[in-house]
Amino acid sequence: MTKEEALFTYLLRRADDTLILGHRLSEWCGHGPILEEDIALTNLSLDLIGQCTSYFQYAAQIEGKGRTEDDLAFLRIEKDYVNCLMVEQPNGDFGKTITRQFFYDVYHKLLLEALVNSKDEQLSAIAEKSLKEVKYHLRHSSEWMIRLGDGTEESHERMQNAVDDISRFIDELFYKDQVDEMLIKEGIIPDSADFRAAYDAYVTEVLEEATLQLPEKMWQLSGGRKGVHSEHLGYLLAELQYMQRTYPNMEW
Amino acid sequence: MKEINITELERKFQEKIDNDIKIEPNDWMPEEYRQTLIRQISQHAHSEIVGQLPEGNWVTRAPNLRRKAVLLAKIQDEAGHGLYLYSAVETLGADREQTMDDLHSGKAKYSSIFNYPALTWADMGMIGWLVDGAAIMNQVPLCRCSYGPYARAMVRVCKEESFHQRQGYEIVTQLAQGTPEQKAMAQESLDRWWWPALMMFGPSDKDSKHTAQSMKWKIKRHTNDELRQQFVDVTVPQAELIGLKVPDADLKFNEATGHYDFGDINWDEFWQVVAGHGPCNKERVAARKRAKEEGMWVREAANAYAEKRAKRKAS
Repeated sequence: MTKEEALFTYLLRRADDTLILGHRLSEWCGHGPILEEDIALTNLSLDLIGQCTSYFQYAAQIEGKGRTEDDLAFLRIEKDYVNCLMVEQPNGDFGKTITRQFFYDVYHKLLLEALVNSKDEQLSAIAEKSLKEVKYHLRHSSEWMIRLGDGTEESHERMQNAVDDISRFIDELFYKDQVDEMLIKEGIIPDSADFRAAYDAYVTEVLEEATLQLPEKMWQLSGGRKGVHSEHLGYLLAELQYMQRTYPNMEW
Repeated sequence: MKEINITELERKFQEKIDNDIKIEPNDWMPEEYRQTLIRQISQHAHSEIVGQLPEGNWVTRAPNLRRKAVLLAKIQDEAGHGLYLYSAVETLGADREQTMDDLHSGKAKYSSIFNYPALTWADMGMIGWLVDGAAIMNQVPLCRCSYGPYARAMVRVCKEESFHQRQGYEIVTQLAQGTPEQKAMAQESLDRWWWPALMMFGPSDKDSKHTAQSMKWKIKRHTNDELRQQFVDVTVPQAELIGLKVPDADLKFNEATGHYDFGDINWDEFWQVVAGHGPCNKERVAARKRAKEEGMWVREAANAYAEKRAKRKAS
């Protein structure tokens, strides 16, 4: 594996996380619990779609095979998507969407803060721009975790169920393989192990305020980074890819 | 004594209107003026909110990343318009939740265009080009509406709608200049949306029960038929420019009047859709009701949390 190949895979992991999470959030359009949240969820989605576009463009450039950002986003088969399992989980109720967002946002912010220092200028620039947005995402999801966790009996129960469910996907966020090892050595990406303690501390702090608890260590699911997904992703991709598959080779 | 006062207040009110002085929330206003505005502004707000649904239906299937982002931004603008319009309704003493309940019960209306289904990607272009285009024709004069908060909200809404109209036309243009399949998709979509778009201006002047009073109060500045004609005059050349055919055998430019003559609108269909019998009325209202019901626990929790926090601060 060359450095370029490792970087290409890494960029796809970033791009796919943001694409798939952005897609999930866009499913909320017009169905939010209050109008302000219709606006907020659409806004988060828009930020993430913008971020994935930057990653895909850079990945296409690094690959150098003439593929475009849209080819990468829309025309791969399921096992070539390398997003983590957390982001492809279905929206569920608003509480589950917020919980998924929260667990991802905490990681996302810590990652971007470190990625800003990448020796790769382009990656550093994308991280810097994304970080501004993701700080806001985390504030939004943290506030809702607290409000809903410490709201009514019903909301508390729903949120605790969501935490139990989504927390099965936390370890995968910190997954590492030879792609990461190579890029860490080159100073292109941070070692996610370096911010695992900060992740756990932040999560614990917010959950405590929300009167919620992380369950006893549960069996952690993974596979997304290697292209082995949950059953949910196939349906999402069927929808995402519908136009490109039905009408190949056209400009839109 | 009271009678005289009201007559005097009404005289002063109409004098302000005639002198183009804006009416503000705390000013005295006739009850019917207030009710007309509540009805009209909330109907407009509901249209923005319901209008998210046909587009939301395609945001997950947008054909590329750029189109997906643009569509998301547009839907977000619409929710934003809904928000300022509900706020404008609140300045008239109405309650946002009550206003929304009226939508769910069928008491309040929204633009009947959103009761038509969005079946293809071309419909995203057509909604921008025709639906937002028609909305602009209706809304630009509202920037001069006599009620201050509504007029000011419309200034911003119109700027964004005009951007939506252009992006919609851009989608359609791309299709019209694309492959034969894309061109057919655009034409088929125009065939479905053209007449419902003309119906957006409301009933013909002779059947419009609100027009005369609304014009006297300067809530409305042009009649439905005037605006509809203006829309046809502007839109037909845009269709011709990109090689699409407007589905109206009677459409013809009239040299004498300088306007396009056009065929008869199917008013039976219009009234049926308004009455709740269009292709998507049930789905649209059901989707909004479901959003409210499924979000109930969220709103209750947010209120409960706010109360707890206020108590903790106090103690």
